[in-house]
Amino acid sequence: MRPGSEQIDDHYVIQTERISKHFGAVRAVRKLSISIPKRGLTSIAGPNGSGKSTLVNLLSGVLPLDGGLVVIDGTSLKVVKAHENPVHGLTRTFQEVRLFDQVTVWNNIMVVLSERRLFPALLERVNPMQRDRARGILESVGLWEKKDALAMNLSYGQRKLLEIGRAMAMEANIYLFDEPFAGLFPEMVEKVKEIMNRMREQGDTIVFISHNMDIVRELSDHLIILDSGSLLEEGAVDDVLSRPKVINAYLGT
Amino acid sequence: MQTDTEHRTSLLRLAGNPRELLAAARSNLELWANLLIIAWALGFMLWQGVGFAISVGTVFAIWAILSVSLNLVVGFTGLLSVGHVGFFGIGAYTVAILTSQAEYEQLRTEAIPTFGWPFFAALPVGVLLAGLVALAVGVVFNRFRDDIYVLVSFGFAIISFNVFLNWRGLTRGAFGIHDIPRPQVGGWALSGELEFLAFVLAALGLIVLISWFIVTSSFGRVLTTIREDEEAIAVFGYRTTHYKLAVWTISAMMAGLAGGLFASWTSFVDPNSFILLESMLLVAIVILGGLATIWGSLLGAMAFVLLEEGMRFLPFLPTIHVGQARLVVLGILLVLLMLFRPQGLVGRYKL
Repeated sequence: MRPGSEQIDDHYVIQTERISKHFGAVRAVRKLSISIPKRGLTSIAGPNGSGKSTLVNLLSGVLPLDGGLVVIDGTSLKVVKAHENPVHGLTRTFQEVRLFDQVTVWNNIMVVLSERRLFPALLERVNPMQRDRARGILESVGLWEKKDALAMNLSYGQRKLLEIGRAMAMEANIYLFDEPFAGLFPEMVEKVKEIMNRMREQGDTIVFISHNMDIVRELSDHLIILDSGSLLEEGAVDDVLSRPKVINAYLGT
Repeated sequence: MQTDTEHRTSLLRLAGNPRELLAAARSNLELWANLLIIAWALGFMLWQGVGFAISVGTVFAIWAILSVSLNLVVGFTGLLSVGHVGFFGIGAYTVAILTSQAEYEQLRTEAIPTFGWPFFAALPVGVLLAGLVALAVGVVFNRFRDDIYVLVSFGFAIISFNVFLNWRGLTRGAFGIHDIPRPQVGGWALSGELEFLAFVLAALGLIVLISWFIVTSSFGRVLTTIREDEEAIAVFGYRTTHYKLAVWTISAMMAGLAGGLFASWTSFVDPNSFILLESMLLVAIVILGGLATIWGSLLGAMAFVLLEEGMRFLPFLPTIHVGQARLVVLGILLVLLMLFRPQGLVGRYKL
């Protein structure tokens, strides 16, 4: 944490202040201000094109902000740099799984456990501690047997799990999961739920995007609903889901 | 990453059991390629005699240094550069200019100063200069990727060639620089061809060792992830531009070393040795051998040199056409390879 950085509210781990992002004429995120509480599970929901993925991309520095301010773990940032994510203890997965395809499953994990600085990285060889850690992660996502396969040769569900494993290897405090349950078989859904619950027990903050309201209701503590790049509602899950605005606009029954 | 070592151990294991070797070779194209090229090389040496083998070996070693170094950039990091010849040229010209002993004033052509440095003082300067130019160029190149990268590096090859050709006060342009001496250690000059071969092979050994050290390190692992998805690896805390710049500079310095050796070996350099075509051949060798494998680059370089030299002895091919014909054959070979084996002879990865 940078000294002298603006302290906002200790209760929240991520806050955005009027952040915007547009792609040409399309305004994907419009002056959005949200707060994500520290610890526990927060889910982000909303119709297609409501800016959920863009929000995650902005928070992880994959896309540059067009305006506004992001406060991550007490540090306020006008420019979020992707390579500084570990400094903020933040990691993520992608909606379209983005693994290192022509790299082995093992190295997909190892690369996250390795030295970041250039010259020490040149001298670093795999050490037993990293090996144990990588093994532990691969076992917990059920891919230990596949460790020597290229990531491109895994099934869709396995790829999704490997990506979650890769995020776990970061040992972050903040996990952003972009649609972690989409397209998974029920048993894999259970596995991902289990992983997320374990993270919650460790006191981490988990933010995930999901369309599946049953999972959202079951798992999360806090819910943020976006619509056309703006905030529709935010708050405790049961509270938000019972608000008429949400029922009319989003759930639309 | 482990392909090289796995490969070598499997070769060693099989060498102890010839029957198993043959059975495996029948079903294993990689092994076939290895055996064929090595047998070809040995056959060549027996047939043409020691003198020829020595000169082919030297050409091979220089091409191999270039292809191994280019593979770091193209194969491991996924930056398809066709500008490698520029760094080769910088190394060659630096050594040529600093060590040449010719008295140009008497030649009534372009006169350039004569420094007469010893080879071993000039070589580090050439390597360093190639590295510095790479550093400067790389900062700009880092903005690009994929097909645009090819175009930009293409531009670099063209520019460097034109500098060699037109900066006559430094390079004597098309006249070239001659009387470049062989390396000398104390009173012992590496004037004999066999001694020079041993020297370039030692240099190749060093380059292979450094490359192996790089690609088996955590640094090397990061390079392969940059090749696969640069944006994604940045999310995990890597400054990818630094990594790309570092490997690019290291690779360019290796090419500079090859250039210095080349200048000293031929004792004459002119811009014709550093045309874009040489860069293209180099990329072809790297792809032929296999991306992201050091052994593949050695094999690719050997296959290329054997192809080139071997065609000299085809009875129906006049000697003057050998130069052009090798390109035709190499071109056809590349197309066939891309059609049927896009990962190259011993590679696992595709562009």
